[in-house]
Amino acid sequence: MQFKYKIAGGDFTNAGNASSAVKKILKQLNVDHTVSKHIVVALYEAEVNIVAHAYSGVIEVNIDKNQIHIILDDKGPGIADIDQAMEEGYSTASPQVREMGFGAGMGLANMKRNADKMLISSELGKGTKVELIHYLKPDEG
Amino acid sequence: MKTIDLVKALDLKVYSGKDFLNAEVSGGYVSDLLSDVMGNAKEGQVWITLQTHKNVMAVASLKDLPAIIVVKGYKPDEDTMKKSEEEQLPILGTDLDTFTICGRLFELLNKQ
Repeated sequence: MQFKYKIAGGDFTNAGNASSAVKKILKQLNVDHTVSKHIVVALYEAEVNIVAHAYSGVIEVNIDKNQIHIILDDKGPGIADIDQAMEEGYSTASPQVREMGFGAGMGLANMKRNADKMLISSELGKGTKVELIHYLKPDEG
Repeated sequence: MKTIDLVKALDLKVYSGKDFLNAEVSGGYVSDLLSDVMGNAKEGQVWITLQTHKNVMAVASLKDLPAIIVVKGYKPDEDTMKKSEEEQLPILGTDLDTFTICGRLFELLNKQ
């Protein structure tokens, strides 16, 4: 099963809509509540990162029996130093974005903590690709 | 304790979502940083904040929080209240500052 969402950079009015849609799908699919909570936190942070930092992006959610594999691919400035970006408290968000309570430098850490596996690749001046993988417990029914 | 009990006991304003005051409140979480709430608030905790923009609704809804309490007489934005009705997740308000309302809420929840 695959779902795709387009994200517009700077559009804070709709930030979180994709995460909200995915949350509803996970509920319909009866995905374990704890797993679903982790996915939602990681996905929301990743979605907001596209809104706050990129020009546009696409979120692709692939659901199969064993895992949920989310790919967030954006066109944007890219990340110069991924290790530095991963440090808690480090952020390049604008003052306006910070005033809204975003840009505290906690997003990537939240993503890493909540995903079973996270992969980031980035090219300066082109964009960033984030993959979030959550494993589903095999159905023992 | 339900949201409606908080509204009565703490004399809170109900800005929006007045038909959805029956959710169970297990505790509270205080932060004005959205990622902090995303990462650390737990289902059933009412969220106390001074943020009034629409994104608080997305966070509260994704985290299954029962309600938001906006402090110091701040009024939520129009589109925030609209989203609150859609999400069936009330926005409450108080003129008190965060420290004071948290103290009262803590006391109330621990009296049970």
